[in-house]
Order: sequence, then C-alpha cells, then structure tokens
Amino acid sequence: MVARRIIPCLDVADGRVVKGTHFLQLRDAGDPVEMGAFYDSEGADELVFLDITASAERRRIVAELAARVAEKVFIPYTVGGGLRSPEDLRQVLKAGADKVSINTAAVLNPDLIREGSERFGSQCIVVAIDAKRIGRPDKPFEGDERFDPDCRWEVYINGGRTPTGKDALEWAVEAVERGAGEILLTSMDADGAQAGYDIGLTQRIAELVSVPVIASGGAGTLEHIYEALTIGKAQAALIASMTHYGRYRIREIKAYLAQKGVFVRDGRV
Amino acid sequence: MRKSVTVLDYDLGNIRSVTKALESLGAEVTVTNDPSVAQSAARLVVPGVGAFGTGMRNLRARGLDEVIQRIVEAGRPVLGICLGLQMLFDFSEELGHHQGLRILRGWVTRFPVLNGLPIPHMGWNKIRIWQREPLFRSLPDEPMVYFVHSYFPVPDEPSVISATSVYGVEFTCAVSHGNLHGTQFHPEKSSQVGLTILKNFLSL
Repeated sequence: MVARRIIPCLDVADGRVVKGTHFLQLRDAGDPVEMGAFYDSEGADELVFLDITASAERRRIVAELAARVAEKVFIPYTVGGGLRSPEDLRQVLKAGADKVSINTAAVLNPDLIREGSERFGSQCIVVAIDAKRIGRPDKPFEGDERFDPDCRWEVYINGGRTPTGKDALEWAVEAVERGAGEILLTSMDADGAQAGYDIGLTQRIAELVSVPVIASGGAGTLEHIYEALTIGKAQAALIASMTHYGRYRIREIKAYLAQKGVFVRDGRV
Repeated sequence: MRKSVTVLDYDLGNIRSVTKALESLGAEVTVTNDPSVAQSAARLVVPGVGAFGTGMRNLRARGLDEVIQRIVEAGRPVLGICLGLQMLFDFSEELGHHQGLRILRGWVTRFPVLNGLPIPHMGWNKIRIWQREPLFRSLPDEPMVYFVHSYFPVPDEPSVISATSVYGVEFTCAVSHGNLHGTQFHPEKSSQVGLTILKNFLSL
C-alpha cells in the first residue's frame, strides 16, 4: 500500500508565487523554487506548480519553472498551466517534472490525454478537473452531498471562467479511459472557503475511476483533510492556504492523520 | 575534493532529476552517452524510466552495455536506478522477452493484479532493509521512498537482496553485490532518505 499524500499547491505567474506567503524561514517567499525546497524539507509528499501567467511567453516560462524546480526539489512534482501539445508536455517532463497537469486543453482536445499517456506513460499525465455544482444555488456549501442523489457537477475550463456543459463524473471516467493516470479534482464551490473539501464530489469520482484522485479546494482544518482521505476516498489532498501562511505545518497534518490510522509518510531520516 | 560521478544518458526517461540531486550533494557530475567517456567513470549511475527492451537496445546501440560490464568487473561503484537496476538481470518479461545485461542472476516480472491495486505501483512506500549495505548507512530500518514502476526484479540469489517492499506482494526493491548497487525506487525523488542514499553512494 502506498501512503496517502499531502500536496501543497503553488500558483505561479511570471515565475513568482502569486498568493503571498508568510514563511519567515524563507529569504524570498515569492520564489516558487525556494518554497518548493522548503516544503520538501517540511515533509510534503509531492508538489503541484500551477502556472497562471497570461502572456505569449507562457510556455517558455512554464518549462523554465519546471527546470529550476529540479535543482532544489527532491520529491515528485507536477507542473501545469497552458500546456497544449505533446511537445509542451515533453519539454516540461524533460526539464525534470514527474507529471504534467492538463485541464482546458484536455477538454478541448481529449486526444492529448491519449497522445501524452502513450508517449510518456499514463503515470505522468494528470487531468485536472474544475467542477461546479449545478442547481440549488441557495443551498450553502456543506462539504458533503453524499445523500443528495440529484447533485450534479459541471466542468469549467479557462481557469474556471468557461462552463462546458460536461458532467464532471462522466468527464473523469472518460479522461481515465483515455489514459489519465490521476485526476486532480477541484471543487469550485469549496475552493477558497476553507470550509472543507466537496466530499460528495470527491467520493463519487474516486469510486468511479481506477486511478488516484487528488482532492482539491476547501481545506481549512486537519479534519477536512482526514475526511477527504477517508470518506472522500481520495489518495491525496491538495492544500494551499492551510500551510502557505504558516497556520499549520505539514508534520502536524501528518501526525494528526497517523494518529487517526491513516498511512502517511514519516519523512524523518 | 569533489566526488566525481558519471550519469549514463541513453535517451530514456528523465536524467535531469538524478543529475541535479547529485550536484546538490556537491558531486562533479558528467552526463554522457559516449562509451569512451563513460569508460573512465570513477562511479557510474545508470538511471532510466521506460521500457526494458528499448533501454537495452539503446545501451547496445552505443556499446554502453559493455562499458557497464567492464566498470562492474573493475569493481568501481555502480548504482542502477529503476530500469537501470532491472537491466542488470538476465532478462525481463516486459512486453515480450528481453535479454538484460546478465550481470546479476534473475529476471524481471510484472506485479500481479491483486485486490484491485493499481499498476504502476506509484507513490511513497515503506521499505525494509535486510542488509546493512553502505548505501543505507544512517537510515532507519524502514524508511519511506518514492516508487514508480510496474515491474520488479526477482533475483536468483537471495544474498544480493538488500531491501524489500510490499505492494500486494513482497518484492525486491534494492540489491547489493560488492560495489554494484541497485534501487527499484527513485532516491532522487525520495527527499532526505534518497539524498542520504546518493550521498552514501558518492562516498563509496
């Protein structure tokens, strides 16, 4: 059995971490490489770098980021953001990234999933899905829709700006059939609220697909992560603000999970 | 003095990560696909992620198979990682039947489909160290390391097995025979545990 993973996610634009962070330990908390190295030393199991640069230079910037990270980070890392062609994927993987994450391009050109997985192996193709609940907008987010059989989720692309009409559950199954090795599943409703992951969404997709699901969006407490990895059946939990601002340490999260009986990595040498 | 190490580049998988990990430890790293350069390696790392058949074909096409053989015979330290470990054995069942370097006796086989465990075996897993070889100096008995693989080696000689791990079945995840070492996991992606292993290799 492999350990459940805790994965800090860094949003990067023009080579800089976007959301300000408060790591007193770091000389330059805006440098994604320094932050990545810090998280490695803290015991993070993996890292995700999501580039949100808005410029024509984006692909070069993303490949450079992937290459710089390899110099100081010695845990697996995923790089995503604007990757559109097999050649884009190749450059990022060759630079040292272990996995690439594709989102909008996978929806617009689903063949990219197969091309990428056939060429580089499905283990390095992560399909990221941004999902938003449909209907009942008056219902406050409760983090658990397991008992609502009518709940549906729609896939959004272009950084959550464009609805696609696609059903998130169906799209997750299709992505895996086409060769996705992992699903990075973000609940747009839960994201940023720190009120817990969308457990209903996470659990449904984790039960439907044979590959690991990374729960994303909504983590605010240790209990939230525990729920996503147990009731939600996710193999990994993506976190951001919980640790970026120093509110929690990775080792606290791991200790909590271990004490609750979840198999996690003890990073001590 | 800086430790020098040669990383074999045979056009398969990502060699940048292992190169950077060795550099971070202060090593002077030469990356080469040239047998005459590789020949003079003080220490050799054979990395590699990819298909066994392709790996062996690429090695042979450049005469690098013989270079590895000679360096092992000369008793210089060699570290095979992932596919680099698997190719040390007699043959692999990956996509047919492919002959390996035949430096170690045994073969390479695929994980059985068990209890719906996904293949590849990918992620952090615990290993059990059976042989306190120099590579594992100052590590705990059951450290956690990073794996990405669908195949694993089955050595004929239990004496070469230095560590095992469990994923549905117990399998060999590290071997050691004189100055020849191999890990099925990726030390270059295994944080402090992995860097300790690489550092130990550099001090051989």
